[in-house]
Amino acid sequence: MFVETGHFALILALVVASVQAILPLLGAARRDAGLMSTGTSAALTQFALVALAMLALMNAYVTSDFSVINVIENSHTDKPLLYKITGVWSNHEGSMLLWVFMLALCGAAVAAFGRNLPPTLKARVLAVQGMIGVGFFAFILFTSNPFLRTLPAPANGHGLNPVLQDPGLAFHPPFLYLGYVGFSVSFAFAVAALIEGRVDAAWARWVRPWALASWCALTVGIAMGSWWAYYTLGWGGWWFWDPVENASLMPWISGTALIHSAIVVEKRDTLKSWTVLLAIITFALSLIGTFLVRSGVLSSVHAFAVDPARGAFILGLLIMTIGGSLALYAIRAPSLRGGGVFAPISREGALVLNNLLLATAAATVFLGTLYPLFLDAVGGPKLSVGFPFYNATFTPVMVPVLLAMAAGPMLAWKRGDLLAALQRLWLAFAAAGLVVLVGLYLTQGGPILAVLGLGLAAWTAMGVLVEWADRIRLFRVPLGDSFRRAIHLPRAAHGMSLAHLGLAITAAGIAAQAWEVERIEALKPGETMQVAAYTLRLDGISKLQGPNFTADDATVSVLHNGAPDGTVHPQRRFFALQKQTTGETAIRSGLFSDLYVALGDADPTGAWTVRAYWKPIVSWIWLGGLIMAAGGVVSLSDRRWRVGVAARLRANQARA
Amino acid sequence: MRRALAVLPVAAFILLAGYFGYALRPDHDPNELPSALIDREMPAFALPGLTADAVKGQVALVNIFASWCAPCRVEHPLLMRLAKDEKVTLYGIAYKDKDADNARFLAELGNPFTAIGLDRDGRTGIDFGVYGVPETYLIDRAGHIRQRWVGPLSPGRVTRELLPALRKLQAQ
Repeated sequence: MFVETGHFALILALVVASVQAILPLLGAARRDAGLMSTGTSAALTQFALVALAMLALMNAYVTSDFSVINVIENSHTDKPLLYKITGVWSNHEGSMLLWVFMLALCGAAVAAFGRNLPPTLKARVLAVQGMIGVGFFAFILFTSNPFLRTLPAPANGHGLNPVLQDPGLAFHPPFLYLGYVGFSVSFAFAVAALIEGRVDAAWARWVRPWALASWCALTVGIAMGSWWAYYTLGWGGWWFWDPVENASLMPWISGTALIHSAIVVEKRDTLKSWTVLLAIITFALSLIGTFLVRSGVLSSVHAFAVDPARGAFILGLLIMTIGGSLALYAIRAPSLRGGGVFAPISREGALVLNNLLLATAAATVFLGTLYPLFLDAVGGPKLSVGFPFYNATFTPVMVPVLLAMAAGPMLAWKRGDLLAALQRLWLAFAAAGLVVLVGLYLTQGGPILAVLGLGLAAWTAMGVLVEWADRIRLFRVPLGDSFRRAIHLPRAAHGMSLAHLGLAITAAGIAAQAWEVERIEALKPGETMQVAAYTLRLDGISKLQGPNFTADDATVSVLHNGAPDGTVHPQRRFFALQKQTTGETAIRSGLFSDLYVALGDADPTGAWTVRAYWKPIVSWIWLGGLIMAAGGVVSLSDRRWRVGVAARLRANQARA
Repeated sequence: MRRALAVLPVAAFILLAGYFGYALRPDHDPNELPSALIDREMPAFALPGLTADAVKGQVALVNIFASWCAPCRVEHPLLMRLAKDEKVTLYGIAYKDKDADNARFLAELGNPFTAIGLDRDGRTGIDFGVYGVPETYLIDRAGHIRQRWVGPLSPGRVTRELLPALRKLQAQ
């Protein structure tokens, strides 16, 4: 019964979203306060309805209601409770429900917290959100309904793909989707601004926190996804340039550009039409990602079941959403006049450079992801684009991003002094030089590019620290004064330093992977193998019984430079239901290196294949990601964003 | 000029949407290239180092590669892992390759193959209908081609397609 309630709630949500798409827009055109306020109540109602639908599906999974097709296909009574819950979104239909749940959540948040927004802007933003909602509710109900029943109900379900039964994956989609869908808010703001024909500093001040919050969620989502790939797929890699990974990376890059260019709109009242375009493109890339993953036009590790009807439906949605907003942009953007002028060498100039580089990076990834598609269309051979392409194109674009990141924040608005900024960065030069020299000395003919990469990371990190220390006048005034300055410094400034530092840490982690050590050997119990400074001894293999799998569990003793250093337990799990084997890698993770041990098959002589990696500072890759997100959160807590401050500012401006 | 620039994004998008629409045509599957030989017997060949009869009688992969092919280099660690970790029987066909170059390629990157046939003139490759190297064929015990992968294998294709298909054949 609850399932039907959920189904019905979803249909009602479609109706409510239609109301939300039309009435507030009409109200804004007629300046009718009553009609405009329907947006707020509709957005809140819509959220309540989708939440109910989500709950209903979750309940069906938890109680293993096998009359629901979606539950049959993706669940099983033997599955642990956690994966019954996360099973809700590890399939196409359920993940689309999560998608609209996040969309409704964002809409409700705008409705509830946007009290200071000018009523016409708020009404239009909510109407645009409503339109996106209509499209996706219709998509779910007509092509991907998770609530369909079947009779008679089978005794048990097919179970969830074993690879997906993992805590890392359990929480990675919600973050990712919150990120993707969160950008719908900045998109809605952009479209609303185009309808109004007005983009000003106040607009940027409202857009930026939304973009920043989505960016944080997306950062965490991508970092978790990459970490998951690292420890479950068992290939020792952490990023595969897979179309689905790229689908999350593209909006992240353009979202990064957006949160930077919005600063320029806010502080200097210029770069408006570019910022609006970025807001549209960022959400467009999120949508295109959804399309690529679910239409089956590209092959991928994570792709969902392929269905051309769904692809055609999403393509229709894309054309209406992206095509419509870009057409509106073509009509209205030329009338958006920029304000302040600035010299090329200035804070604005640095942010423009950042935007140019990030846009190029996003375009690179876009081209690499879609190249097979373009080639296919002209009848070329089928191929996929991999590491060599991205190493040759994406990396060279990111290098100047890091180079410029240290100096950018030191330049003044309007007109900056690059020479003075570089002089203040002498410590960063020194740090980079030191790292490169020590690196070259230690590795002697090792990978020079990786050494330079580490130097680059050191340059950026030290540059960020120097800039931060400058602001609080560390070591120039007594420590107590510096501390007071640090407290009074806007949180956004701390947030920026933290986020930039995070990127430097990630970059260092990536560069250092050039020194990873990989060993594959067949070991009989009692035999040893050497990987970096570690000796691994296979002590034995035992059979384990899990809740829905059996496992070969290896006991591997670790010796570090000859001294005993505990044991690790890589496993090979066999899921009888799906007849599928997954590897459970044993990873000893540390701040300075990871020891990664994976168990392969046994050969007829009783020797087991053991694959071991030693990976220096690999955890920095994800640690940096979390620090970036933390920087975003700190910046979000800045009191300038808090309720009321913007309104007071506006009131003051009005009086002046 | 401003106006023209503002129209550019929507024009680019229309072009892109056209590509997407084209890619959605129903007969299109990005993963597989239909092989006329699917579920048929593998072409008979007797190359120096490998004959079709040697491949038969077990579930095996036949990988067509060459030392001059860059994607083969990319794919190679995966083949090594398939052979070592997963104990998959792999046969190689060196397509239009010089013997010495081929030996150097394998000495450098490791040899995952149980045996290698030297297809010096590419005749066997033509019999298989090779589209471009590398290509990988899944052969069942009766010597029938069951599946074909064009282009380098990726971790995803191996985990999601190749290994399940292979294990299924082995279980039969």
